[in-house]
Amino acid sequence: MQLVDKDQVAKSLGGRQLLNKSMKFLFLLCTLVGLVVLVTLIVDTVLDGWSHLTWDFLTSFSSSRPESAGIYGAIIGSVWLMAVTAPVAIVLSVGTALYLEEYAPKNRITNFITVNISNLAGVPSVVFGLLGLTIFVRQLSLGNSVLAAGLTLALMIMPVIVVAAQEAIRAVPSSVREASTGMGATKWQTVSRIILPAAIPGIITGIILALSRAIGETAPLVVIGVPVSLLVTPNGVFDTFQALPMQIYNWVKMPQEEFQYLTAAGIIILLLILFLMNSVAIYIRNKYSKRF
Amino acid sequence: MNEYNIREMIQNNKNNKSTKFIEKAVPTILFIITSVSILTTIGILYTLLSETFIFFTRVSFIEFITATEWKAFSSNPSFGIIALIMGTLKIVVIATMVAVPVGLGAAIYLSEYATDRIRRIVKPILEILAGIPTVVYGTFAITFVTPLIREMFPGVSLYNAISPGVVVGIMIVPMIASLSEDAMSSVPGTTREGSLALGATRLETVFKVILPAAASGIIASFVLGISRAIGETMIVSIAAGSTPGADFDLTSSLQTMTGFIVQVTSGDAAFGTDLYYSLYAVGMTLFLFTLIMNLAAQWITKKFKEEY
Amino acid sequence: MAELKMKEELDMNATINTQTEKKDPASGIVQSSKPVFEARDFNLWYGDNHALQNINLTFKENEISAIIGPSGCGKSTFIKSLNRMVELVPVVRTEGDIVYREQNIFDKSLSVEELRTKVGMVFQKPNPFPKSIYDNVAYGARVHGIRKKKVLDQIVEKSLRGAAIWDEVKDRLNANAYGLSGGQQQRICIARALAIEPDVILMDEPTSALDPISTTKIEDLMQELKEKYSIIVVTHNMQQAARISDKTAFFYQGYVVEHDDTKVIFENPKDKRTEDYVSGRFG
Repeated sequence: MQLVDKDQVAKSLGGRQLLNKSMKFLFLLCTLVGLVVLVTLIVDTVLDGWSHLTWDFLTSFSSSRPESAGIYGAIIGSVWLMAVTAPVAIVLSVGTALYLEEYAPKNRITNFITVNISNLAGVPSVVFGLLGLTIFVRQLSLGNSVLAAGLTLALMIMPVIVVAAQEAIRAVPSSVREASTGMGATKWQTVSRIILPAAIPGIITGIILALSRAIGETAPLVVIGVPVSLLVTPNGVFDTFQALPMQIYNWVKMPQEEFQYLTAAGIIILLLILFLMNSVAIYIRNKYSKRF
Repeated sequence: MNEYNIREMIQNNKNNKSTKFIEKAVPTILFIITSVSILTTIGILYTLLSETFIFFTRVSFIEFITATEWKAFSSNPSFGIIALIMGTLKIVVIATMVAVPVGLGAAIYLSEYATDRIRRIVKPILEILAGIPTVVYGTFAITFVTPLIREMFPGVSLYNAISPGVVVGIMIVPMIASLSEDAMSSVPGTTREGSLALGATRLETVFKVILPAAASGIIASFVLGISRAIGETMIVSIAAGSTPGADFDLTSSLQTMTGFIVQVTSGDAAFGTDLYYSLYAVGMTLFLFTLIMNLAAQWITKKFKEEY
Repeated sequence: MAELKMKEELDMNATINTQTEKKDPASGIVQSSKPVFEARDFNLWYGDNHALQNINLTFKENEISAIIGPSGCGKSTFIKSLNRMVELVPVVRTEGDIVYREQNIFDKSLSVEELRTKVGMVFQKPNPFPKSIYDNVAYGARVHGIRKKKVLDQIVEKSLRGAAIWDEVKDRLNANAYGLSGGQQQRICIARALAIEPDVILMDEPTSALDPISTTKIEDLMQELKEKYSIIVVTHNMQQAARISDKTAFFYQGYVVEHDDTKVIFENPKDKRTEDYVSGRFG
């Protein structure tokens, strides 16, 4: 007696292959959804905003009259913001990653710190906004300044950079570490002269990607109370400021149709900055990806 | 060329004070830096708990969790968090319905069908998509998706759950796709080949071998995606409206927990009012929801970790 | 003993390199073969695994000592104990003494950094740093506080010559060391170890990842190096041990079974297990 009916198998094969083919097509469509959305979003935005991308737009402050409103204050403000966020986030994250990878004993505290960091990565940005509002703006009396917002965003992106930096440090082969230790180099000499330089491309990639997230982050700035209209740029970190995503959010809420074009123009600027940052990150990653 | 005595030079440098000091100081400095992450968590908990505590001295906890109306701005206010949770839930359900099939489909395609070349093109696109600021997605929802939906279904109002829900879903697709793909790619090739060699099609291999083997990672990616959707703020602030309500209506204006926080803080919530403290009670609720989801994701990954 | 001294003198005369004339007073080499390393009742555990048991061994200066034995016998663990690199594994516990030039290496007064400065190491797989050839070789000197360009230049050239790779790389000292072949990389690693003028060089299967031609070059190099350095080499290759070493220790399951002149070990071993191993009956 034959347990496998060969005719039956042969008959069903055609149908199975067809199902495989059609599902493959469906999966491909799913993959293309992202591409379609990206293209639609960009085309829609560019069509709306292109004509408003003028020199005046780039060099004017915000205004309640759409024809004279510009994005200058927001761009300068965002640069100020990143000037605070970047160094603070880098020091905190790289320091934390180095501690966890190189110095931390394998115990409960270390384990707790690791779990805590991955939980922080999942805290909604608006909650970080509440943290910033309560601690930095109110209790430390920093007001809605560049410093308060910059520190808030730095804490928010820290977990992302920590994880990226940890991966980059872990990717440095232990044989190289042994070579350095074997020559009588101290721990810190090995870390600072061998491990860090070898891990730096991966760390920088992580930093750029995290900063590109921070530069487009809006919710914490709303909560902190970053002003939507301001006719000066900050002179220092204790001054208040405008920010690119806040400006876009403000315009998109405006009822007049003219502001929708300004929104689109603002988004073009923001996306250009992001694409630029991402390209740099991808370039660094590809250039240095296979060295060991 | 005069010869240097290297051994002697090294010997002389041996007792370099600064080297020794740095060696001792560095671990301490790094530990202090690391503790900032703990302080951040303490800061968040302290902020939310202390102000929420004050809120509950003014508004009863029972009202907060049982009342179905959220009228924080009214002169006769009512604080029923269910109305805001309902708003969040609508967005999350719609987003999940979009993101899970699309994200999983894309992950299956990338992991099981795509050639290396396609993968190299598609993955950066997903990364770009994941990097688009939510304020841009929000604008896209209100200026493109909402009019599109309203054209197809004229009964839908300007602010509704569908448009922001779909866009939040699209926003979390890259996350689900890439995490699920990671999980599927780590199923060893030999397992895959074992099934294919028996004459199973790719599809049968995916559903009978790969998906079960990668289940924990895939489910964790769903949970993380949902957590992200719960915390999403700008898309709903821009496109969902500001009318909290404990109903199941998807076509009219609603408000989520995050949307409420933005609405209050973009105006002037006078310090010390009930409205001000309600901000933190909502923030606390939001924090708890996302925390539970994140812990669940970690638990799933750890508990059902596949050993290959 | 007398025979040994004669052999030493012969080797010295055979050396072409003039640099070997300059003997370092700090280590007091030359006259008689003093012991550099001495293990006394040395035991080592990885967790519960008693990996090295009651090791008693003496290594003398200006000799090449080979350590042979089947995989897992503890030979690598032992050589890594000599510069305390074995402690990088967190669960390691030791008992007994290892004496380096009359000083217990586990003594608090001797820092591991100092020990490792004097006891250099070459690893199984070439492990250059992802830096230029120059920076690789200058690394040790820089770490130990030597910063003058002139001194570093001299150290780099001298070490690269010492490792017999100067002619191959002198025109591209700023090129990344990863661009070199495996054999060249390993000689860069030897040069890197030579740069801080250690007293002893430990080599952990230094040619196991290399092709035969590179292996021959490294073996020749070791013969030259022994004029200035004491070399302890772990090898799984018995022909190599027979070719290059003066003394050989046979490790088996964490014990030293036999330690004697290489000639004796290979031609007239006292222990049955040694005989079985060197004649290829197991391992």
